[in-house]
Amino acid sequence: MSIFERALLYLNDPVNWTRRNGILELLGEHLTIAGLSLLFGMLIALPLGIWLGHTGRGGGFAVGLSNVSRAVPTLAILTILAVTPIGFTIWAPVIALTVFAIPPILANTYVGFREVDRDVIEAARAMGMDTGEVVRKAELPLAMPLIMTGIRTAGVQVVATATLAALLAGGTLGRLIRSGFGTQDYGVVLAGALLVALLAILTEVVLGSLGWVLTPGQKYIPFAGLFGRRNSGEASAAVAKLPVGDVPRPVT
Amino acid sequence: MRVAAVLAVDSAPNPWINFGYLADNWDRILPYLGQHIRLTLISVLIGTVIALPLAVLARRIRLFAAPILGLSTLLYTIPSLAMFAFIAPYTGLSPTTVIIGLVLYSLVILVRNFLAGLQAVPDEVREAARGMGYGPARMFLKVELPLALPAFMTGLRVATVSTVALVTVGVIVGQGGLGQLIIVEGFRRNYFKAPIVFGTLLCILLALVLDQVLAFTERRLTPWTRRGT
Repeated sequence: MSIFERALLYLNDPVNWTRRNGILELLGEHLTIAGLSLLFGMLIALPLGIWLGHTGRGGGFAVGLSNVSRAVPTLAILTILAVTPIGFTIWAPVIALTVFAIPPILANTYVGFREVDRDVIEAARAMGMDTGEVVRKAELPLAMPLIMTGIRTAGVQVVATATLAALLAGGTLGRLIRSGFGTQDYGVVLAGALLVALLAILTEVVLGSLGWVLTPGQKYIPFAGLFGRRNSGEASAAVAKLPVGDVPRPVT
Repeated sequence: MRVAAVLAVDSAPNPWINFGYLADNWDRILPYLGQHIRLTLISVLIGTVIALPLAVLARRIRLFAAPILGLSTLLYTIPSLAMFAFIAPYTGLSPTTVIIGLVLYSLVILVRNFLAGLQAVPDEVREAARGMGYGPARMFLKVELPLALPAFMTGLRVATVSTVALVTVGVIVGQGGLGQLIIVEGFRRNYFKAPIVFGTLLCILLALVLDQVLAFTERRLTPWTRRGT
């Protein structure tokens, strides 16, 4: 029997899903850790990014933080938090993941607000909007695509990093991969890898669609470029103008 | 077992910062650092060798650009632990597993940046070079490559820094460089904090050093960008 067949066999057995420490329980903890981290990351990074972007202050900080965070291994931060007194609680991975959810959201929100055409803000003020209204009704909608890009990047990041928590004390889907390696059962390893990859891609698609729905104005059909509809001029502009936070970052 | 471990933590001093550990175990740490550097450099090098022709292909044949970019987006969505788990059944607990995974990730960054660099070469410049009798090969080497170099180097720096961080996850197949120090020597040895802290610091330091080396190389390779400053 091939490894792939063994993986499918494992996934096809309902007991592997419903038993204690089964796939459903691991998935639950995985989503709880990732969801809480993304939520906390948004609660911290969105207001800060909006404030920095609106006032135009601290751009170097927002963008620099995003670049520096790349150099810090997520596994290392997870481990450091795992050996603190809260190590065996769910809060250790949540805090570690929140740290990594902040930079992409912060940088993209900042850049999104900064890239709003100054004339638009001028016009909004001339129409009698106060600062709050300018932020809510003019800047926020225009910055929305980038903000959602940041949230999507952070979301995929936390789902991916939550997997690593299984190398320490966390009971996330990475546990399958780890125990598969532990028992030298590559069928289980592959089953875990399939589930983890699927969850990450699903996160990307769901958050990507959410961004598409929340973005006002003219909409581009996602992935239309795949069918060669875009001319190369547009494609090159899109690549060249990738905002700092959107530099593809291999997720851990 | 967990109770015993906790008791051990409580009974022995286990400070976060412990320079004695660094001094006493330097010859233990060095091989991990060496493996970390080796895995990083090999992966980025192979990634560069593969990314360059892919980027050129995507630039020349427009139909390829979107699928290559789309595929790389899909690739970078896959978590590294899953990536190594996909590869390990075929290559086992070897450095090859880690290198294949890291090459794939660095490809994502490198192809995008290389392509962006090539696409940013102004058409007028190409036109002028063609008018001066440059053939395709000479045009690529003498005109396109130098002009795309800053974007290349940016990609190379991002890929290198990311790869240094990702090597640690190789611990799942026992080939994690400094990740071995952090997990095996630290976490799994009664939560010994010193190797965890120094492993982390060495990782970050390595990333910053390699980044600065590449930044220096970039400045040397593109003296024209400094003119006027």
